[in-house]
Amino acid sequence: MTLATRIIPCLDVDKGRVVKGVRFVGIRDAGDPVEIARRYDEQGADELVFLDITASHEDRDTMIHIVEAVASQVFIPLTVGGGIRSVEDIRRMLRAGADKVAINTAAVSNPEFVRQAAQRFGSQCIVVAVDAKKVSAPGAPDRWEIFTHGGRHSTGIEAIAWAQRMAAYGAGEILLTSMDRDGTRDGFDIALNRAVADAVPVPLIASGGVGTLDHLVAGATLGHADAVLAASIFHYGEYTVQDAKRHMAAHGIEVRL
Amino acid sequence: MATTVVIDYGMGNLRSVSKALEHVSEGSRIEITSDPGRVRQADRVVLPGVGALRDCMTELARLELIPAIRDVLRTRPFLGICLGMQALLDFSDENDGTPGLGVIAGAVKRFGDATNAAGARLKVPHMGWSPVDQVGTHPLWKDIATGSRFYFVHSYYVVPDDTRDVAATTGYGETFASALARDNIFAVQFHPEKSQQAGLTLLANFLRWNGSCR
Repeated sequence: MTLATRIIPCLDVDKGRVVKGVRFVGIRDAGDPVEIARRYDEQGADELVFLDITASHEDRDTMIHIVEAVASQVFIPLTVGGGIRSVEDIRRMLRAGADKVAINTAAVSNPEFVRQAAQRFGSQCIVVAVDAKKVSAPGAPDRWEIFTHGGRHSTGIEAIAWAQRMAAYGAGEILLTSMDRDGTRDGFDIALNRAVADAVPVPLIASGGVGTLDHLVAGATLGHADAVLAASIFHYGEYTVQDAKRHMAAHGIEVRL
Repeated sequence: MATTVVIDYGMGNLRSVSKALEHVSEGSRIEITSDPGRVRQADRVVLPGVGALRDCMTELARLELIPAIRDVLRTRPFLGICLGMQALLDFSDENDGTPGLGVIAGAVKRFGDATNAAGARLKVPHMGWSPVDQVGTHPLWKDIATGSRFYFVHSYYVVPDDTRDVAATTGYGETFASALARDNIFAVQFHPEKSQQAGLTLLANFLRWNGSCR
């Protein structure tokens, strides 16, 4: 037995509720975050990721309360992302009970922030979230670039080199989301996952596009991901985390059952 | 009422440690403190921590906690977690060499260029759920099956000189000591506070432990 491939349900939180949109439209309410977190913990989730998709300060405080409530009842690692821009933001989230923070836009606008954060809090709690989109023409060699602000802003930065740079600056983990696949349920962008997973020395969480349990298997086997993240397949009771783990185990993947 | 203190030296997520202890405390008192006097008065002591050993030792010294920690390490049930385990050894390779408390003889080393069975280079940090194979019996392993998975996140691991100090091993490229036990001291490289049921059971066992190895 060796290290298990982690299965990580992701909770997108808007105004204190878990939501899930398809390509950022048609956001559907999926319920109370604390209740959902407890359910996933009972089902055997290996970690939980909370992404705060609202921007107002008021809702930031709502997120702090959610993290506090979850952390006093759920004893698995918790990552919080969305709007993490300063050392103070990180301190508040860790104090509320988060174990890691995911930094996205702030890393792009100021890469040194990642270095400072890792030095201050340790690499183990700094996750850099990379939102990548394929920009190469069909038939041309693959090229992915990173996008910020929930996929709305193009940066022109090449994704693999960026992930390597973030690991060198002290990111302890990379959370890689395919913007082409996010919300589509068509499966991970396997070529992207594999290219980044093989290029960085730190663990990679694959995200974006999971619609079936086979997609999770592909992320771990073909995509070389150390962890797989999914949202909607778990939120609406289609599959439990336990279903996902059994399916992966049946395909020879080491999981924590 | 028995009091367990969680030593606060400004590093790591000690809030998760205290929350997990409270969850299994059955009414006994859990206190977070950086006061050496409170540490000396405690019935049980937990030294948590994540991050770099050099910063840990610097902060413990600045807060004048080291003499109190040495006292309780001789007398009280003591649990070191992650960095709180590594701090017990003589020396760490971290930052070109950092001395620890030297309570357990041995060194702290970094995962090097280890590879898995397929020859692929292992990711560092070792992050996630790995099996913990118990060595012998110990009150803190009560009701926990050997081989149970616990949550790890670390780039360094301990190498004790005396293998009799090893209470569990885990494989990540190489086999390393994932738990140490000697007299009233127990120390773990993984995070029981983040290891769901297995971790909560270990913490509950610690709160009931009288500090004897049998």
